[in-house]
Amino acid sequence: MAILLDRDTRVLCQGMTGWAGSHHVAQMIEYGTQVVAGVTPGKGGRTHLGLPVYDRVADARSETGANASIVFVPPVNAAAAMIEAIEAEIPLVVTVTERVPVLDMVRVRDALRGSGTRLVGANSQGVLAPGICKLGVMATGSERPGVVGVVSRSASLTSEVVAQLTEAGLGQSTTVGVGGDPVHGMSMRDCLELFLADDETKGVVLIGEIGGFEEEEVADFIAQVRPAKPIVSLVVGIHAPRERRMGHAGALTSGGSGDAAAKAAALERAGARIAASAHLVGRTMAEALSGGR
Amino acid sequence: MRLHEFQAKRLLADYGLPTPRGGVAFTPDEAEAIARDLAVSPLAVKAQVLAGDRLQAGGVRMVQGPATVRSAAASMLGQRLATAQTEDEGLIVRRVYVEEGVAIARSLYLTLLIDLRTAGLIVIGSPEGGEGIEERERRGDLRCERLSLPVGGPADRAELSGFLGRLGLEGATLERGCDLVEGLRRAFVELDASLIEINPLAVTTSGELKAIDVKMAVDDNALFRHPELASLRDEAEAERMKLSAHRNQLNFVQLDGDIGIVSNGAGLGLATLDMVHRAGGRPANFMDIRTTARSLDIAHGFALLLDNPKIRTLLMNVHGGGMQSCDTIAEGLGIALRKSGRKLPIVVRLAGLNADLGRYRLANFGCHVIEAPDMGTAAEHAVAVAAGRT
Repeated sequence: MAILLDRDTRVLCQGMTGWAGSHHVAQMIEYGTQVVAGVTPGKGGRTHLGLPVYDRVADARSETGANASIVFVPPVNAAAAMIEAIEAEIPLVVTVTERVPVLDMVRVRDALRGSGTRLVGANSQGVLAPGICKLGVMATGSERPGVVGVVSRSASLTSEVVAQLTEAGLGQSTTVGVGGDPVHGMSMRDCLELFLADDETKGVVLIGEIGGFEEEEVADFIAQVRPAKPIVSLVVGIHAPRERRMGHAGALTSGGSGDAAAKAAALERAGARIAASAHLVGRTMAEALSGGR
Repeated sequence: MRLHEFQAKRLLADYGLPTPRGGVAFTPDEAEAIARDLAVSPLAVKAQVLAGDRLQAGGVRMVQGPATVRSAAASMLGQRLATAQTEDEGLIVRRVYVEEGVAIARSLYLTLLIDLRTAGLIVIGSPEGGEGIEERERRGDLRCERLSLPVGGPADRAELSGFLGRLGLEGATLERGCDLVEGLRRAFVELDASLIEINPLAVTTSGELKAIDVKMAVDDNALFRHPELASLRDEAEAERMKLSAHRNQLNFVQLDGDIGIVSNGAGLGLATLDMVHRAGGRPANFMDIRTTARSLDIAHGFALLLDNPKIRTLLMNVHGGGMQSCDTIAEGLGIALRKSGRKLPIVVRLAGLNADLGRYRLANFGCHVIEAPDMGTAAEHAVAVAAGRT
């Protein structure tokens, strides 16, 4: 079993009639994903890519039995689209849209509280369960079905790490891009928790980067639950250009987190294996799974 | 997008933030004229640069009378000001703000921002203002108070009152403080701010509140709904490259090494910097090509790289993904090299979507490339080439 996706995942696409939506939905269908509907306000009743288009998510859901949504709606209306999906009780929402205003994401997080929806993103490349379902915009070809779960803040590094894993003879159970924005839906910790509960997943790769606090949070979680599955981590940005800070506020809320080296150290202390370099993640996981080191 | 102190004060005055009277001057003459109009003493002359910690760096001076305002302004305008929050070379002072002095009884620190842990708006206050707040809190010398604020409607008055009470305000001053924080909350939400910091917030000898200094930034991603704010962008102070690259769908940060980095995605770009450092090399830049960039946008970004005479080699580490394929980036590089006429050794590692097509594109542009099988090897090659070892 993969996490988040399975063979019964039925997808609707919000913003399907736009360029990005059309392009990527076609690719998802080609991959074998069951896309069942599109939603674009004002275009209800039409057919696009051979699929019915609805004005509202709730209608698309009740008519087609969709249980997941992928959002390509431009930043101006992206938050409204996510909130509509949450209110229509779609269990899984993946948002690809980049540059959503941060206060809009705060509003979306408010809407998520107490709902049954899991949100991945915004600014996410999506979720991929190799051979089962692609709910995202990632390139495919180098992924293989298998036992490694991948959680990442970076789309480009996910592609790289998936290729390395396959090269090392390891397939992937699911890859999840949590999204590159400061405020987003599911965290690295949330994803790790699902991977630990998934029987098929035997090891997990965590790809973190400078900034934010998610790596520290997931390190705390690992230290607390002491998982039996090996966890391999890569944190990039040790030599990132220093950002000019402004005022004192950032330092007051980050509580000293954000530094890439400190994140890697926290993960290592918690029991994760740190890949010595970005090109060694696949090999490090292969060693970990064969009981090496 | 960061705003100048004078811009932030004007914007926030509409939300009820009390500030000292003042005006902006581009010349010493203007500064003197403002001082005459204000007709008070003392006066503050404040360099308007997009960075904090100006006081210690000499960017804020308290002076007496218009003539001294004039000479203080003359000593700042056109000069570079380096503070703890700028690069070493500092920022050019193009304007000064001339402001009436305030009789301060005590000062506080107040800031509003998004707390990533709770994914919500938060106000943080400390009973003392000034510089080095975060270090003082870490050492335990200073106690900061925190309160979550709603984005959908007004804050709870009793909660605000409790928060400000813990900062030591009372009576009429506390009531004014509640109005002030609620005004800032409204401003933060309505203007799509990412930061509002009042430091210090003065309590005057008559119990009034006055914002002595304000730092404010707005969310670049929300500028589409604030055309009035977009026009406040300080184009002169934003580095030419950063701005130019931004317009062309790239994140570009100039560094001081000799290996030009061409990479897609922030994560892979950061990984490339780390690998070059690990191999003993020094990157000349950080570059993150946005997924929406077309080959001409990318060519423009590479032109920024090729303009840098320090660069001895280019390292192209690209993993084509679903939204950006190798050939688009290769084409951008080819166009930029043709235009610049520079001949540079290029170490290339292409993988993922359209990697083969990318190689053909480079060959068609006549680029001399050294192929590497993986990105670790590519980084090592590039470092060797830059050091003249190949």
